[in-house]
Amino acid sequence: MQGGEKEAQRYVWDGAIPLQVHLHDSEVTTLPPPPPALILAPRIGYLPLLSSQLKPFFSGALPPGVDTIWFEYKGLPLKWYIPTGVLFDLLCAEPERPWNLTVHFRGYPGNILIPCDGEDSVKWSYINSLKEAAYIIHGSSKNVMNMSQPDQVELWRSVMNGKLDTYNRISSKLKLGIIEDDFSEKVNPSLKAPHTVNETEATTTLKTSRIPVRLYLCNTNQDFENLETVPPFETWDQISYINRPVEINKEGKYFTLYDAVKSILPEFFHPADEEEGKDGVIKLVRIQGIEPKMEIPFSWVVNNLMNPDYFLHICVYINAGRPMGT
Amino acid sequence: MASDQATLDGSLSSTDFQNSANAFAQKWNEFNSGFPEWSWIDCSSRLGFHRVTEGYLSLQHVFFPRSIEEEHDEGNSNDHQEPFDTATLVQSNNDSNDGDWYDFHVVYSSSYRVPVLYFHAQTSDGQPLNVGEIEKNLPTKSSDVLMDSKWTFITQQEHPYLNRPWYMLHPCGTSEWMKLLLADHNSTDRYLVSWFTVVGQVFGLKLPLEMLKS
Repeated sequence: MQGGEKEAQRYVWDGAIPLQVHLHDSEVTTLPPPPPALILAPRIGYLPLLSSQLKPFFSGALPPGVDTIWFEYKGLPLKWYIPTGVLFDLLCAEPERPWNLTVHFRGYPGNILIPCDGEDSVKWSYINSLKEAAYIIHGSSKNVMNMSQPDQVELWRSVMNGKLDTYNRISSKLKLGIIEDDFSEKVNPSLKAPHTVNETEATTTLKTSRIPVRLYLCNTNQDFENLETVPPFETWDQISYINRPVEINKEGKYFTLYDAVKSILPEFFHPADEEEGKDGVIKLVRIQGIEPKMEIPFSWVVNNLMNPDYFLHICVYINAGRPMGT
Repeated sequence: MASDQATLDGSLSSTDFQNSANAFAQKWNEFNSGFPEWSWIDCSSRLGFHRVTEGYLSLQHVFFPRSIEEEHDEGNSNDHQEPFDTATLVQSNNDSNDGDWYDFHVVYSSSYRVPVLYFHAQTSDGQPLNVGEIEKNLPTKSSDVLMDSKWTFITQQEHPYLNRPWYMLHPCGTSEWMKLLLADHNSTDRYLVSWFTVVGQVFGLKLPLEMLKS
């Protein structure tokens, strides 16, 4: 492993969104109302995990009743099973800092959001996602299902508490090393073992890797020059979610982020503007808060920018000229 | 047209899924008249451009009478080795209030490369059912299996096309048992028929014998 690689992964793990959290007016029973809570939400974390900090802060102002925490942004209930950093990248075309969210402890919108019974639900959602990733990579989830109970607990805690070293130690046992990093090999050719005749033969046979990718597609439905002019989303129907692995055929060809996005959304790429990349319909590709260059090797992007569930979450803004679903 | 992949690892491609789903729906509607029909819901334009493989199979408004355990268990074990009879255990019946309404959707999972059953259940007056209430509608043996089997594990997940929470049967074991079921056939056209003989049983839904003939 290269030092530089570790560094990028650590940036992702240390990444956090400054939140300014307001208690929804309908749940305020005190005068004056409580001030907003300012907290840092880890990018790789999930919103309900902030409950242990937010609940004590607002509990004094809440009406009597049973608490079920949920969040909204400009009227849109937030899906708790999407990592916080991805929600931010997706819903704030122009990053808003601090990010103003509204928290609710009552009136859970069960028709829009999957039920959440606290940390346990979040943990199972994470494990299920990891299982799915393992299946994509290996064609079987058994490495995850057979994980020992202590390992499972420790892995989850490492994600929850942002302990990268523990995470790397436990997750390496799952043997989910996704793809070789062509990039590091090119930069540092000495890392590559010398080819024998047999190996050369082996590499000429077609080898396919499947990479777990969750892609969120926002159709802004209007041409925008400036990210600030993108209107807020009113419903989740404005965002299409594509859960489809990227398949890499290893034929010695250099596979870039451009190739990956193109493989999921071939309709947006026409031979005519092949060189221009995202100058056409695609307006913005954002991963972990950054807009990577499209010619970056996809292997580097995956190995460094994936979430702890082994999925690479990609936010794509498009302008397809007309609303989706019509 | 049909690939060999299904026989090798129990999975299928999205194109094969669509073909197989259409073949399944056609047969079901032919041999199971009187029962609600399966239809392909076309979502080919959902992304703002045309994509033919976007869509799912849907069966709406299936009525499940309350406390029908006796009927479900009638002379049949849940062992899928047994031959199926043609009895349909649930009927469409608009007159009765003593029961619940189910919608079933079969959606393709690109991750697991298998069909996944999503369902939504509500009472006659439109209240959604929780897992406990759903269990009461299932054959006794299914609800037992539900407790400890991996592939029948029911969770609420987001419906990939409706953007709303639906129940689903977890697909992580599907390709394994499909591999066994498909051992003697190599046609992906029949994939969904074979798949439904197992998944349908969870709800006591059976296929007419004619559908099982090649």
